[in-house]
Amino acid sequence: MSHHHNIQHLPLIRLDALSKSFTLPNGRRFDALREVSLQVREGDIFGLIGKSGAGKSTLLRLINLLERPDAGRVFVAGRELTALSKRELRAARQQIGMIFQQFNLLQNATVAENVAFPLRLHGGRTSAEIAARVAECLALVGLSDKAQSYPAQLSGGQKQRVAIARALAPKPAVLLCDEPTSALDAETTRELLATLADINARLGVTIVIVTHELPVVQQLCRQVAVIEDGRIAEQFAVAEAATKGRTALARELAALQRLALLQAEQAHDKEALHA
Amino acid sequence: MPDFLPENIAAILPELWVSFGQTALMLAIGLSAAIIFGGPLGVLLFLLSPGQSLDRPAAYRVLNWLVNTVRSFPFIILLVALVPFTRVIAGTSIGPLAAAVPLSFAAIPYFARLVEQCMREVPRGVIEAAHAMGASELQIVWRVLVREARAGLVGALTVLAISFLSYSAVAGVVGGGGIGDLAIRYGYYRFQTDVMLLTVAVLIALVQLIQFIGHTAARRLDKR
Repeated sequence: MSHHHNIQHLPLIRLDALSKSFTLPNGRRFDALREVSLQVREGDIFGLIGKSGAGKSTLLRLINLLERPDAGRVFVAGRELTALSKRELRAARQQIGMIFQQFNLLQNATVAENVAFPLRLHGGRTSAEIAARVAECLALVGLSDKAQSYPAQLSGGQKQRVAIARALAPKPAVLLCDEPTSALDAETTRELLATLADINARLGVTIVIVTHELPVVQQLCRQVAVIEDGRIAEQFAVAEAATKGRTALARELAALQRLALLQAEQAHDKEALHA
Repeated sequence: MPDFLPENIAAILPELWVSFGQTALMLAIGLSAAIIFGGPLGVLLFLLSPGQSLDRPAAYRVLNWLVNTVRSFPFIILLVALVPFTRVIAGTSIGPLAAAVPLSFAAIPYFARLVEQCMREVPRGVIEAAHAMGASELQIVWRVLVREARAGLVGALTVLAISFLSYSAVAGVVGGGGIGDLAIRYGYYRFQTDVMLLTVAVLIALVQLIQFIGHTAARRLDKR
């Protein structure tokens, strides 16, 4: 623990002038990211927002090197991932959990087997240790009773909880979330965001979340970066959206916050009236 | 001999059992070769193809061409063309063991292609999630691809078994024997219609049985 306190002032994630381009089917080059630099503090909940095609998903996928940058460096927890060998990178990825829009669970494996999956990849754990950790993680997301179910028997929200349990099983420092609520309805989204906030508070896991839904940012994130055209247009604390934000998305976020505040006041007034 | 059976049937009955054994032997060898060599070849085809984790366009094109070429041969031509090779492998060019060589040769690329198709059914995102968790390529093959595609793979094996039951009839050309060969020799060449009907009935029963087993196994394995 003391070790963690020592490095608290350092960013947990540091992206250094990352560029990434793709070749489109028509042969033309598309610059998804242009020299993007970004720092995420340990324990933060960091939102990446932007229109579709702005490059936010690419940026997230560069953090665990699912995509390789054309130029630039990636540091996570003090290690330069871009300098690691394939084998070292595989080991380092235990530090970085990830969840996805489509959950990406193994359909032919039970919930417990899915959560055990990352633990069995790297060896060094007995099956008793794995079983204990799986039970712990399923309890954390409130799915202990579903351990022997198959994903097909679960609802969307439950599948995403299994994915969270799986991502947390190797005790990562970072949880990357790629549009984790886009396939869920509003109510399930709220529950899932509460789970993520709870995990961040209880385990101190740093969360980086990509979303196109501003309410997700408003409810969950502390810091946010607006991605436009492969660049970071601006970055600010969510609480300061109204004063610091300049982009259209930031103004929308500020409006959303005013609305939420208004609704909370109204609810409070109603309660007072009834009392 | 029980005398309520027609004369022709009674006469070939002992040979029917032998033929049954020969068919089973040829199928067992052919399918084993398909799984042992065709399976990995299919996985390799999938992994080397554009957009997958190994993505080697040149190597993929070469393998792809090879698989297509072997699959282009009419089986009877392959059987004859491979005779020298068969002599080296099986020590002889006649009999069911010898026939199993070209049968295996044809089964390997056939199964490889079916395996490649099955792997394509596995959602990309699941493979990506495994990469994100630090899985190696080999771990992804066994713990993700084979596991997620297992119902399709059993289905592919069923298709292969049934195709090769019919291919094995051609093995008679090199004295391979088997039920199909029996049908040709007695039913067709000697105009013994009752023998022909019997062998066809046995083949129908076999195909139904293989399909039933394959289908049931695939359904049990599929939790999607």
